[in-house]
Amino acid sequence: MADPMRIRAQAQGDKTTVRVLMSHEMETGQRKDAAGKTIPAWFIQEVSATHNGKPVMTAQWGPSVAKNPFLQFTIKGAKAGDKVAISWKDNRGDTRTDEATVS
Amino acid sequence: MRRLVITTALAVASTAGFAQKSTADGIAEYRAMLADGNPAELFEAKGEDLWKKKRGPKNASLEQCDLGKGPGVVKGAWVELPRWFADTKRVQDLESRLLTCMETLQGLNAAEIAKAPFGKGEQANMEALAAWISAESRGAKMNLPQGHAEERRMYELGKRAFFFRGGPMDFSCASCHGEDGKRIRLQDLPNLTKNPGDGVGFAAWPAYRVSSGEMWSMQRRLNDCYRQQRFPYPGYASDVTISLGVYMGVNAKGAESIAPAIKR
Repeated sequence: MADPMRIRAQAQGDKTTVRVLMSHEMETGQRKDAAGKTIPAWFIQEVSATHNGKPVMTAQWGPSVAKNPFLQFTIKGAKAGDKVAISWKDNRGDTRTDEATVS
Repeated sequence: MRRLVITTALAVASTAGFAQKSTADGIAEYRAMLADGNPAELFEAKGEDLWKKKRGPKNASLEQCDLGKGPGVVKGAWVELPRWFADTKRVQDLESRLLTCMETLQGLNAAEIAKAPFGKGEQANMEALAAWISAESRGAKMNLPQGHAEERRMYELGKRAFFFRGGPMDFSCASCHGEDGKRIRLQDLPNLTKNPGDGVGFAAWPAYRVSSGEMWSMQRRLNDCYRQQRFPYPGYASDVTISLGVYMGVNAKGAESIAPAIKR
């Protein structure tokens, strides 16, 4: 299973800034290994975020996103103590969901 | 990555007339943008987990590992390494000490781990451990002990290794890191014969390298320095690498450690 994400969610006024670090290879499918064989593509395709279970963002990603990607976005109206959950799904069908509490 | 450097250079060239922004400023800006969300954090989390997890034939964690400040004390240990260890009768850096602990506490084969390629298997674990252990000393000042005769001997040995010229290009570490104001391509090179300042040189490693997406410990950094000099690769956690660590670390006394840092 994939390594956990690091999620920080900080409320300031009525806006909450969420910062997410994901652990993923993000292989483009364009690179070749030492033996000259193409390294198969392996990257996150879908990212979604929920605030207290309610979807607040979805994104479609591609192979141009860097390895170990960093994502930052703001949610309006989230308060300290609220739950923010992030999930991703990659092109192999692997998924990972992690949750953080707004501080 | 090369393309990015060229664009930065062009941008700098075109604005140089009125903004006077140097390339170094541009790189510093780029690093600052990346610093929030340094993927080294992912390795830190993994390292902490590895430290506490029971592993190996003896099914033990590393929590009883003595990094110089007593068994299990991690905070502040990084800024005092390499140092003399009475049990092994050696001056050891973080990686060689971890190898000792992995062998004695967990029953893993240290020689095998030392021979393994970087970034794979147990070596990847070593990098994660180094990331977490160094992070536990973030903000502390480098303070390597020089009380033991063997520590002073290693310093002298490190100095000799630092100035030792050889290889097809007749290079030494000092060729690039012996003077102020040198650079390689666009990166400023720290002068490691003295204290290069807070969070520069020895006080900036281990670090996450964005261009390769890898976590590099000091051992890997030194290995790559030797590659760039076209020297034979030094053995992992060998005495020459440890002595260079002593030399750079003692020179950097008082510099604030920002490890694990982020590098281009």
